[in-house]
Amino acid sequence: MNSAVIVFPASNCDRDAADALAKVTGKPSRMVWHGDASVPDDIDLIVLPGGFSYGDYLRTGAMAAHSPIMKDVVRRAKAGTPVLGICNGFQILCEAGLLPGVLMRNANLKFVCRPVPLVVEETQSMYTRNYAKGEAITVPVAHGEGNYFADEETLDQLEGEGRVAFRYVDNPNGSARNIAGILSENRRILGLMPHPERVCDPLTGGTDGKRLFEALL
Amino acid sequence: MKALVHITLKKGVLDPQGKAIGHALLGLGFPSVGDVRQGKFIEIELAETDESRARDAVKQMCERLLANTVIENYAIELRP
Repeated sequence: MNSAVIVFPASNCDRDAADALAKVTGKPSRMVWHGDASVPDDIDLIVLPGGFSYGDYLRTGAMAAHSPIMKDVVRRAKAGTPVLGICNGFQILCEAGLLPGVLMRNANLKFVCRPVPLVVEETQSMYTRNYAKGEAITVPVAHGEGNYFADEETLDQLEGEGRVAFRYVDNPNGSARNIAGILSENRRILGLMPHPERVCDPLTGGTDGKRLFEALL
Repeated sequence: MKALVHITLKKGVLDPQGKAIGHALLGLGFPSVGDVRQGKFIEIELAETDESRARDAVKQMCERLLANTVIENYAIELRP
């Protein structure tokens, strides 16, 4: 599997994501600069990494969603190429309109940075198929704006279509219905606030994120 | 021409910053303070003299970038 990690100005989890992918796939991940016009043709997975792209100006992910590379990312995503957005990547996916809703300022106004327990809600996806439904895993979060918001109708639709991939056990940010990660309608785009790439090696505190990347093989 | 854009959170969207500001104002001794909502104010210089064209352009700017209409409303004011 060939993967690409998009690098925006002030992405800071791009190398973590590339490292996790390289370990699992056995191939180096392609780092693609946000100013590039296109993602290489042979790419099977696009990752939008965590960070603080464009200094979180205006709204988190708002500027990155309009950077040159995103035209091609949106085009590829609509054509079925899987796209994984982690943390800032999730915020960018929402701002780009590839996922519904928006990530708002944490309800308690605090930046939250710690491992959090999650429940795997949905295993019918290429990302979550290696987990058991209802399984509890621990994955770190590190964000100030992870408070997922969407109107009731959208939330009902996400739940009804089995598109809530992960839920917080103990909601750290005020997210609607404890949502930590959601899938697109075609289930090939996943956006989540927790960082699975940070728990792919016991050295960094756990391996609960590894199965997400392994599932993509 | 200059466009003044006010961006505010929609009714019903939680505004923890506005709440914190409200609490701080009460703490400063302004007991008349009720609900506080925080928003954004953006000033844009426009090389445009036609008001309706200017309004159309700024409306598009709001829809495409300045506001996230899932959670925010916007109001546009034009000044010569």
